Amino acid sequence: MNAPVQKMPVDLERQRAVCAALRAFMPAQNVLFEREDVTPYECDGLSAYRQVPMVVALPENEEQVCAILEACHQMRVPVTARGAGTGLSGGALPLGNGVLLSLAKLMSIISIDPASRSARVQPGVRNVSISEAAAAYGLYYAPDPSSQIACSIGGNVAENSGGVHCLKYGLTVHNILKIRVATIEGEIIELGGGGLDSAGYDLLALMTGSEGLLGVVTEITVKLLPRPECAQVVLAAFDDVARAGQAVANVIAAGIIPAGMEMMDQPATLAVEPFVNAGYPTDAAGILLCESDGTREEVAEEIARIEQIMADSGAHLVRVSQDESERLRFWAGRKAAFPAVGRLSPDYYCMDGTIPRKRLAEVLRGITEMEKKYDLRCANVFHAGDGNLHPLILYDANDASQLQRAEDFGAEILKLCIDVGGTITGEHGVGVEKIDSMCVQFRSVELEAFHALKHAFDEHGLLNPGKAVPTLQRCAEFGRMHVHAGQEKFPELPRF
Amino acid sequence: MSDTPKLLAESIRAAADARRPLAIRGSGSKAFYGHALQGEALDVTGHRGIISYEPTELVITARAGTPLAEIEALMREQGQMLGFEPPQFGGGGTIGGCIAAGLSGPRRAYAGSARDFVLGLRLLDGRGTDLSFGGQVMKNVAGYDVSRLATGSLGTLGVILEVSLKVLPLPPAELTLVQEHSQAEALRLMNTWAGKPLPMTATCHADGKLYLRLAGAQAAVKAAAATLGGETLAGADVFWRDLRDQRHAFFAGDSANNLPLWRLSLRSTTAELTLPGTQLIEWGGALRWLRSDADVMSIRKAARGGEGHATLFRGGKPGTAVFHPLPAALMKLHKRVKQAMDPAGILNPGRMYPDL
Ligand SMILES: Cc1cc2nc3c(=O)[nH]c(=O)nc-3n(C[C@H](O)[C@H](O)[C@H](O)COP(=O)(O)OP(=O)(O)OC[C@H]3O[C@@H](n4cnc5c(N)ncnc54)[C@H](O)[C@@H]3O)c2cc1C
Repeated sequence: MNAPVQKMPVDLERQRAVCAALRAFMPAQNVLFEREDVTPYECDGLSAYRQVPMVVALPENEEQVCAILEACHQMRVPVTARGAGTGLSGGALPLGNGVLLSLAKLMSIISIDPASRSARVQPGVRNVSISEAAAAYGLYYAPDPSSQIACSIGGNVAENSGGVHCLKYGLTVHNILKIRVATIEGEIIELGGGGLDSAGYDLLALMTGSEGLLGVVTEITVKLLPRPECAQVVLAAFDDVARAGQAVANVIAAGIIPAGMEMMDQPATLAVEPFVNAGYPTDAAGILLCESDGTREEVAEEIARIEQIMADSGAHLVRVSQDESERLRFWAGRKAAFPAVGRLSPDYYCMDGTIPRKRLAEVLRGITEMEKKYDLRCANVFHAGDGNLHPLILYDANDASQLQRAEDFGAEILKLCIDVGGTITGEHGVGVEKIDSMCVQFRSVELEAFHALKHAFDEHGLLNPGKAVPTLQRCAEFGRMHVHAGQEKFPELPRF
Repeated sequence: MSDTPKLLAESIRAAADARRPLAIRGSGSKAFYGHALQGEALDVTGHRGIISYEPTELVITARAGTPLAEIEALMREQGQMLGFEPPQFGGGGTIGGCIAAGLSGPRRAYAGSARDFVLGLRLLDGRGTDLSFGGQVMKNVAGYDVSRLATGSLGTLGVILEVSLKVLPLPPAELTLVQEHSQAEALRLMNTWAGKPLPMTATCHADGKLYLRLAGAQAAVKAAAATLGGETLAGADVFWRDLRDQRHAFFAGDSANNLPLWRLSLRSTTAELTLPGTQLIEWGGALRWLRSDADVMSIRKAARGGEGHATLFRGGKPGTAVFHPLPAALMKLHKRVKQAMDPAGILNPGRMYPDL
C-alpha cells in the first residue's frame, strides 16, 4: 500500500474518443464518464487505494464485452475487469487512463442441470445465488468465501477464492468445469468442457486466479455437489494457541479431513462475542471450530473422534452443536469476524498469508512482537485446516502515520510467512497491495516467466496492468529500499 | 544427485542453442501415450528421492524421478495416499511422469485429478532456467498457476524436477458392491447416486456389471451398502488396481493385435455411445473407454456430442492425431504459451500436437 490515492488528470480528448467508440455498440447510459457516475467505482474492498477510472463500461451481454475489448485493444486503452468489487487486494482498482469493465449486468443463471450436477452462470452472478438456485435439487456450489452474499462468481474465478470449507471441498479451481473467456482481441475461447478434463494445456487452471490479467471471464460452468445429509461442529477452547495448533495437527494425523477447521485468537473472539453472541468463551487464548459433514453415521462417528482429540489435545472446553441453529450460531461468530473487528477500530487491514501449520505458534508470536513494534493491535482469524492466516491489523486511516505503520506491519507479516515456507497470499490475490511482496517471494526468473505468459495472452499489456506481477524494475527499486541481509535480490539489473 | 538439475539444465541450454529437440524420459511406463518422441533422450530418472513428507501437513515433496510405488508405500505406512489414484502402467512410473501426463485413476470423479492435488512444481523451462512455482502449502494464489498449467502438458512446457502434492488420509473402511445392469441403466444410476450424499469413491461399468466402491467411516459405508444393495466383491483392491493400471481384461492384449483403445472424456450424463466396439465406463459416466475400429471422425464427433474430447490412447493407425484437435483460436493461444515457456521448441516437440 504505497501510493494509496492516485491522482491523474483525465485526458478529456481520449475520454471522448473512447466513449464514442463504445457508444457505437452500447446504449449511452451504459458508458459512464461523468465524475459522479464513475466515482462509485474508484476502489474495491481495499479502500485505502482509490482512483477514478477514465470510463466505466457496463456491458449487458458477452458480445458487448467482446466489442469493448476489441475497441480498447485497437485504441490501446487499458482495461480493468470488475465483478462486485469485494476484492481485498486492489485487483479491481481502476486506472485513470483506462476503462473499468463492470460485469455486474451479466447476472443471470443460464441453466442448472441437476442430472450432471452443474450450473451455467454469467460472471456477475453472486456466489451465494448459485447455491440458492441449486437448493431445489438438493445441490450446492461448495466454495463459500465469507463475502459470498456479495462477491461475484467471475471475481471468484479471477481470484481462485476459497472459503471455510475448502480443505475438504477445494478452491474455485477445483469446482469449475468450463469457462468462456474473452481475450483482449475480443475473441471468445472456451476452456475446460462438459467432462472432467479437456484436450491440450490446462488453461482453465492458468486462468483461475489470474486476477483479470489474461482475459475476461464471460461465462462459468460450475460443479454442484449434493448437500451433505447433516453437519455438526465442535467448538474447543484452549488456553494456549500453540496447543490449539497442535490439536489441528492431531485431527489431521487421525486421518480426518474436517469440512471446516477454523481458529480465532482471543482478540478476535473478544471482538466477535458482544457483536453476535456466538457463545465463544472469551477467556480462551484461542478457539477452534471443527466441522464434520456427510451422512448421519459418518458425522456421528467423526464428531465423537474429534471431541476426543480436542480433549486429549488439552482443550479446556469442548462443545458440540446440538442442533442446526446452534451450529449456525457457532459459525455466525466466525463469519462476522471481519465486520466485528471493524467495529473496534476505524479501519482494519486484512492480511492473507499461508503458512505450514506447524509454524503457527511461531508466526503468532512474531505477530505479537510486531504489535509492540508498530504500536498497533492485531486480531487473528485462521483457516487452520489449510494454514491460511488472516491477521486483521487495527488502525485509523485518518492518521497518516498509523496507515504507514499498518502497511509496514502487514509487509513484515508477509515476509515472515515466506520465511517459514509459506506464501504472501492464500486467497485474496496480489492485486496492487502485495505487488512488492511478490519481489520477496519470487526471483526475477519466475517473474520473467510470468511476464512471458502474460505476453502470450496480452501482447500489449492492456489487461489490468500494474497488478499481480511486478515489473523487474519495480523489484529492483524495492530491493534497493529493502536490501535483505546484505544481499541484493536482483543483482543483474541496473539500479536507478 | 544434487548436480542433476545443473546437468539437465546444461543439456537443455545446449539443445536450445542448437535448436535440437529433446525427448524427456522418465521410467518409460507411458511411452505409448501421445505421439512418438523425437530427438535426443534426456533421462530424468536419476533425479530421485523424497525431499520432505509431513503427514500432518498433508504434503509430500519428491524429486521427479522418484518411483510412484516408493511414494505410495511410504504414504501407506502413514495411513495416507495420493487422492487421484494415479495409474502405474506396467507397475512402473515416476512421480514426474505422473504429473507430466496428468492422468488420474478411478477415484478422480470423487476426489479430484492429478492437477487438483498439485501444490507446486520446480521445473526447467526450455532455456534451462530453473524455476519454482506454487509451494508446499494448501492455498497459494501468488503468481500464475504454472504448476497446474504444466500438469498434463507432457513435458512440452518444462522438465519437471520436483513435485509437491496434497495427500489424503486412507479411508478407514472400504467396500465394493456389484450389481447387474445394462449400460443405459448404469449411467442413469451412477448419475443419480452422484447427486446424493453417498460415500462413493469409484464406479465402473463393464460387461453388464456395475461396480461401486464405497469408502469412509465404517458406519457410513455399512449404511450406504445396505441402501444400495448388491453383491460384495471379494478381492476389490485387486479389481480397482487392475482397472487403474489397465490390467483389467477389457484392456488386455497388446495393441498390435487389438482394436485401438480410445479414451472419451465427456459430460457424465452423455447417453450410451452408439459406436461399434466394446466399452468400459468409469468416473460416474464421465470417462468412456472404447475399443473400436470406428473411423476417427465419428469417434471425435461423438466426443463433441458429449461436450468432451477423445484421445487415441493406444494403438490405431499411424499418423492419427492422438489428441482431440483444438479450435483455431485456442491452438493459437497454445502456441503462444509454448513459445513463452520453450521459445526454441525443443522440449518433447510434437508429443502432444504437431505445433507444440
Ligand atoms: C468481508 C469480506 C470477506 C471476504 N472473505 C473471503 C474469503 O473467505 N475467501 C476469499 O477467497 N475471499 C474473500 N474475500 C475477498 C473477495 O470477496 C474475493 O476475492 C472475491 O472473489 C472477489 O469477487 P468480486 O466479484 O468482488 O471481484 P472484484 O473485487 O470485483 O475483482 C477481483 C479481481 O477479479 C478481477 N475480475 C473480476 N471479475 C472478472 C471477470 N469476469 N473476468 C476477469 N477478471 C475479473 C478484477 O479485475 C480483480 O482483479 C472477502 C472480502 C470481504 C470484503
